[in-house]
Amino acid sequence: MADLVTVRLKVNGVEREGRCEPRKLLVDFLREDLGLTGTHVGCEHGICGACTILLDGQAARSCIMLAVQADGAELMTVEGLAQDGKLHPLQEAFREHHGLQCGFCTPGMLMTSLDLLRTNPTPTDEEIREGISAVLCRCTGYQGIVNAVRAAARTPGGSR
Amino acid sequence: MKPPKFDYHAPTSVDEALALLARYGGDAKVLAGGQSLMPLLNFRLSRPAALVDLNRIPSLAYIREEQGRVSFGAMTRQRAVEFSPVVKARVPLLAEATRWVAHLPIRTRGTIGGSIAHADPSAEYPAVLTALEGEVVARGPKGERVIEAKDLFQTYLTTSLEPEEILVEVRLPVTPAGAGYALEEFARRHGDFAIVAIACVVVRDGQRCTRARLATAGTGPVPVRLRAAEEILERDGLGEAALEAAARRASELVSPDADIHASADYRRHLTGVLTRRALTRALGVARG
Ligand SMILES: Cc1cc2nc3c(=O)[nH]c(=O)nc-3n(C[C@H](O)[C@H](O)[C@H](O)COP(=O)(O)OP(=O)(O)OC[C@H]3O[C@@H](n4cnc5c(N)ncnc54)[C@H](O)[C@@H]3O)c2cc1C
Ligand code: FES
Ligand code: FES
Repeated sequence: MADLVTVRLKVNGVEREGRCEPRKLLVDFLREDLGLTGTHVGCEHGICGACTILLDGQAARSCIMLAVQADGAELMTVEGLAQDGKLHPLQEAFREHHGLQCGFCTPGMLMTSLDLLRTNPTPTDEEIREGISAVLCRCTGYQGIVNAVRAAARTPGGSR
Repeated sequence: MKPPKFDYHAPTSVDEALALLARYGGDAKVLAGGQSLMPLLNFRLSRPAALVDLNRIPSLAYIREEQGRVSFGAMTRQRAVEFSPVVKARVPLLAEATRWVAHLPIRTRGTIGGSIAHADPSAEYPAVLTALEGEVVARGPKGERVIEAKDLFQTYLTTSLEPEEILVEVRLPVTPAGAGYALEEFARRHGDFAIVAIACVVVRDGQRCTRARLATAGTGPVPVRLRAAEEILERDGLGEAALEAAARRASELVSPDADIHASADYRRHLTGVLTRRALTRALGVARG
């Protein structure tokens, strides 16, 4: 076994720590070492977007980043969206507007949409489509997702 | 574990990074945004002995306007380029091109230096560097050198950077105020690499064209500067016939390869069509 490194980071506001090989991908560290399986892993090479998280407030693919690179960082995963048992306005909007079917792409869609709305709080439909083109969905045909993101943009706190 | 084993180093200065690269004598790879390198590692298509991660070198991330040019630290994220007011005002072609580079969550990590060092023949930044006649600064064991765009790109995914060198800065000349610019691209999906893209700048003086710059992505192993097409505009001006002739000439100047995405003929055809569109749109924003 190669030398292990210690990774300390904050995930959804909680200090976490783990030890892993330097070649361990961040997504696998989140799922296997920290037990946070809400972040999905699909293609493992940056194409599908299922693994998207917020790294220091910005959406990023956790499958093409090493866990050791996140040492000292602040992460937000899909588990951090709901507060006190109440869904985030984006999650509410996805539920309301059929923004998901099987749910596999949903964690990535939500985290990508969150960065989109934070950097562009009043996106046009064109801009929403461009933003979510970062994540592949095999189920919905995307229209429900576009509707959900548009609705969330109009909800107070939608980009919280 | 997906990637193969490697030693991992995260130096905090360029000197330290250079010493590490020298120690591995060409068997180490620089890790920038990781958006091209990590997929290669996950597939085990790349098996470096070590990774030298530049992400903990803060001095490599900046955007500065100086001496008629805009300089970018190699680790400047594509997303920072996208939102930079300096870029928008001084090198608007780069701002426009950035929206075509991958997707939001990739641009937050991907860097300007990495995109250029990676030299993907379908990438937008190498085309912009070529069209704007920019240059890069490399640092290595023998010190620092400046490499012009035309001397940088050698072939597919290959630049004239030495394995022990680090690309530290990208320099683009300021585009004259009032110049027209456009990046036209055809890709299957937004965010995919270009099938063909054309980067273009025109400086006009009435119907005369005092400077035209055209460069391609996706038409062969390296970006192609369409000099003979530029000359038509600089000689004949910006009338319909000249634009048409320049576009036709552009398609003759490339010898693209066929791959699963498009045939060579189709790429050649696109080169003409996109050149025409880029020129028309550039003239729409040009003043003078
Ligand atoms: C799904 C997806 C879609 C994409 N679409 C596009 C697209 O449409 N257009 C596009 O242009 N790109 C696209 N990319 C690639 C993306 O822009 C990468 O960010 C870029 O190609 C590489 O930059 P990086 O900083 O991530 O470099 P890395 O992946 O870290 O490195 C790439 C290569 O360059 C070398 N390198 C990096 N920095 C330096 C340096 N400073 N000095 C010396 N060598 C260095 C590395 O050793 C490595 O060999 C896409 C990527 C993905 C995953
Ligand atoms: S699993 Fe990360 S992009 Fe597909
Ligand atoms: S809901 Fe099934 S992949 Fe998007």
